[in-house]
Amino acid sequence: MTTAPDAAPKPRQNRFYFRIESLVVLVVLCIVMTLLSPFFLSTSNILNILLATATIGVLAIGATYVIASAGLDLSLGSVLGLSAVFGAFLVDRLGLPWPFGIVGALFAGFAAGYVNGQLITRLRIPAFIVTLGMLGIARGLALVISSGQAIYGLPSELVYLGQGRPFGIPMPVIIFFLVAVVTHYILAHTKYGKHTLVIGDNEQAARATGIQVERHRRSLYAFSGLMAGIAGLIFMTRVNAGDPTAGLNYELTAITAAIIGGTNLFGGRGSIFGTMIGALIMGVLQNGLNLMAVQSYYQQMAIGAVLIFAVWLDQFNRKVATR
Amino acid sequence: MSLLELNGIEKRFGSVEALRGVTLSVEAGSVVGLVGDNGAGKSTLMKTITGIYQPDGGAIRFDGQEVTADTPGHIRSIGIEMIYQDLALAPQQDVASNIFLGREPTKTLFGFIPGLIDRPKIVAEAERMLQRLGARVPSVLSPVGVLSGGQQQSVAIARALTFGPKLVIMDEPTAALAVREVDHVLDLIRELKRQGIAVILISHRLTDVFAVSDRIVALRQGQIIADEVTAETSMNQVVSHIVGS
Repeated sequence: MTTAPDAAPKPRQNRFYFRIESLVVLVVLCIVMTLLSPFFLSTSNILNILLATATIGVLAIGATYVIASAGLDLSLGSVLGLSAVFGAFLVDRLGLPWPFGIVGALFAGFAAGYVNGQLITRLRIPAFIVTLGMLGIARGLALVISSGQAIYGLPSELVYLGQGRPFGIPMPVIIFFLVAVVTHYILAHTKYGKHTLVIGDNEQAARATGIQVERHRRSLYAFSGLMAGIAGLIFMTRVNAGDPTAGLNYELTAITAAIIGGTNLFGGRGSIFGTMIGALIMGVLQNGLNLMAVQSYYQQMAIGAVLIFAVWLDQFNRKVATR
Repeated sequence: MSLLELNGIEKRFGSVEALRGVTLSVEAGSVVGLVGDNGAGKSTLMKTITGIYQPDGGAIRFDGQEVTADTPGHIRSIGIEMIYQDLALAPQQDVASNIFLGREPTKTLFGFIPGLIDRPKIVAEAERMLQRLGARVPSVLSPVGVLSGGQQQSVAIARALTFGPKLVIMDEPTAALAVREVDHVLDLIRELKRQGIAVILISHRLTDVFAVSDRIVALRQGQIIADEVTAETSMNQVVSHIVGS
């Protein structure tokens, strides 16, 4: 046998591990919006888009990790709501100092995700069912804690997290950016991230090579819950209230953002950079529809259609690739 | 003392007794051919050694160490590698990542952020390993899923040999290969033996087993029914052990 490698084209190595098509879609979408509305490219509108994208983007990070491992988290939006209510409840109703608002929101998200992970890996209930159940439980719990009404009036320190603008940049955008950088690094460059992708790619291979699949899965759902907690914290501090209906249907947008960012619906591939582009596409789309005064009901329809279209495109690409 | 010692290994799946008291030893640097009909318990026995399955009875010692019911990760770390029949590769990850699966070397970023996978090292070592094996793989950056069966086999072998194992278990390594590739795998087994690495070869192809093994062990219905020196047995005799006539 010879040792010389066959002359084959070197595969393109993408430094950020995302699909280039999604970036093209984002640019085209921005150009179209600019042509349709004179306000689109203004600084304040761009900051608006980023602000709206921050909550969805953090949720989409959680969705990306879980989907890349061939899992699913449908409870993201509800857990966001629970986190927002729980944080507000601790400081407003129980009168605890403001840092408890942060800790409480993050803890509620983490705890919900932790329960998801335990049920999925220890009792072997499908993720689809467990997180669908959690979607109902978390939303119901949020309504119980808040007696069905938004908890208004947070300390100014907390409100700063949602409404402060250091250097003119909204705090949620800064939090979003920091979370994205850290989670991108973990997914693309660490063993934890690599093993997440491998579990989604071939669970048997992961197990055979000594990766502790069940423990890893548990940690992924807890991580996803923590992301929902951060998103809940952003939501709560931005609107200055713990609203039990916060994040309703957000899982739809978050999962869509992850998929159009290049995450493989069946696991094995995904990047946070790609998901950021996906989240921005959703943000620009919603913002554009707002600028054109399209009713929010239609926006909901548009997001659903984008999700179906993105998955179809992915399937179509794969069919072409394996032909 | 033997490198690997199995003593009365039992394994049940519900009411099915897959392994019924298997006792077997493998010397360092020897090649043991493990033969048996479908469902005789060959793969189950190997997966019990590698920690994928937990035995219901019996004991496993490796290199003088008790390793019964250990985890797959620890089994690999003490020097037992297995090349699975389905290869156990992650198709969307590249060749280099697959070779280092579960054992990625790490470095520190900017001197204080830990846990960064050392990509340059992985790529360089993967290339070196494949070259040493004489494997034809287009690029270590290709996803494994686009490679041919023989190329994927090379990746699985490279993964098993990269970390200096003492025992390599091969489950039907030649089943899906072209003739020329089969010879290559057999040469490789001889080379491992020369280096003092023990090999357990599971195969339906008795000619392959006779070509490289020192001993042939036949398994039937979860029990060892023959353990013979290859030079002192014959193809007919082994076949009769397998079918039980």
